[in-house]
Amino acid sequence: MGARVIELENVSYTYGGGELLSDVSVQLQPGSFHFLTGPSGAGKTTLLKLCYGALLPTSGRLSAFDQDISLLDRDQMALLRRRIGVVHQDCQFLDHMTLGENVALPLMVSGRAESAEQDNLTELLSWVGLGPRLEARPPELSGGERQRAALARALILSPDVVLADEPTGNVDWEMSQRLLRLLIELNRMGKTVLIATHDLSLIRAAKSQVQARVLRISQRRLQLAGADL
Amino acid sequence: MSSGDLRNLLRRDARADRVVPPTGYTAHLTFFVSGAMAFLAVFALALSLASGRIADRWASELAGAATLRINAPVEQFAAQTEAALTVLSQTPGVASARALTAEEQAALLSPWFGPDLPLDTLPIPQLIEIVEGDPGLDAAGLRLRLGAEVPGAVLDDHTRWREPLVDAAMSLRRLGWVSILLIGGATAAMITLAANASLAANAQIIEVLRQVGARDRFIAGAFVRRFTYRAFFGSAVGTLLGMTGVLLLPEASNTGGFLTGVGFQGGGWALPILIPVLGATVAFFATWTAARRKLKELS
Repeated sequence: MGARVIELENVSYTYGGGELLSDVSVQLQPGSFHFLTGPSGAGKTTLLKLCYGALLPTSGRLSAFDQDISLLDRDQMALLRRRIGVVHQDCQFLDHMTLGENVALPLMVSGRAESAEQDNLTELLSWVGLGPRLEARPPELSGGERQRAALARALILSPDVVLADEPTGNVDWEMSQRLLRLLIELNRMGKTVLIATHDLSLIRAAKSQVQARVLRISQRRLQLAGADL
Repeated sequence: MSSGDLRNLLRRDARADRVVPPTGYTAHLTFFVSGAMAFLAVFALALSLASGRIADRWASELAGAATLRINAPVEQFAAQTEAALTVLSQTPGVASARALTAEEQAALLSPWFGPDLPLDTLPIPQLIEIVEGDPGLDAAGLRLRLGAEVPGAVLDDHTRWREPLVDAAMSLRRLGWVSILLIGGATAAMITLAANASLAANAQIIEVLRQVGARDRFIAGAFVRRFTYRAFFGSAVGTLLGMTGVLLLPEASNTGGFLTGVGFQGGGWALPILIPVLGATVAFFATWTAARRKLKELS
């Protein structure tokens, strides 16, 4: 792994004539823990999407694992995404598949034999507390279970980076603390973690447990948040 | 696309195929369209093969014979007939020649004038039947010689009858093949539409698959396999029904004419087996093209 897993240099993103992000520069070092905060609609999700290549910068340079993302073809982009685990607020499951199948989806698309990874899958689901829910369908899961399942899916390929977009947006305080503990535990395993959230209490709770850098998006620009958090 | 890629794309993978939801109207549409088109293709094929057989038969039957008609005054009838038979016996390419009897001529006319026609009171020309042999009849040369030696003789080598009939049969055969091509094109168009609808309806699934690192080949493969197998099974059912329909058609007969000759004969019954394979091939390429285009659009 290079010195930076993800690096944005003067990145701007424009959509429909309006600039959503302007001149953003940030580096995510290996094993670092970041929070990305800002009001709703500030561009947190857009920045995350840029980080895993779902969107391409309008200007500036964005590299992941020392590769310029705008120079990658679709196959190379797919390989890159296998190194970045993403947890969405709405989880994005395939409702016609079981929880186990959804979590194993990255194994399937990367051509790895699910049977060979069965122990890994079982262990991961147990780690997030979903061992007995393997055969459940996503609509049968609670908000917290869905978020933990999304986290398990993001981790099944053992990615270098985990990006989480409002992972505690739909869960109660207790569950949000449980999810936070899982993410901190991941970071202690050496994973780079970036969590987008508008929940400042979550950030305060995390700061007592992990050395986290807090980035704030305000007026389309990114800045390092101060000690007021 | 290499043959290895093709094998990988078509190899069934129950888990990978499950990423595309199994239901939806496109499934029924593909199955129905493939079946209906295969059904029509069986009849088009049967028509084409039957037309080909008829064209060959008419060409060979009429090509091997000619007719000489003697139009002469009554007192010269026998002499000119004799002279014509002499000329014919000396002509290369004539295997045999014989004057039709009065009864045979009456039988030829009876469908139009009835059986009681008093031939002996009418100025009916004498007909001579010529059977061609090797090296074939030189009709132009024979006409010149007959013109000099048998002034009342008119040679009919059946060309003017044969050619339009053979042309008509050949046109029907071409029409059959054009119909099969049109059926293939329509199938491709319908499956492309169905695949596009399915890809659009599953855009969110495609987004999720991409997000977890799926390559376009994996995503396209899931759709391609689904549509190819649906088209294959739909075509197989349509072909089976079509062949049953052809089997139930009346058998060829002289009284039935052309209409009763539509069908398969001998090894021709094996040809419809190709229809499901062709249907699946059309579906494969239609879906592959649609999927690649749609995935490019969605990226």
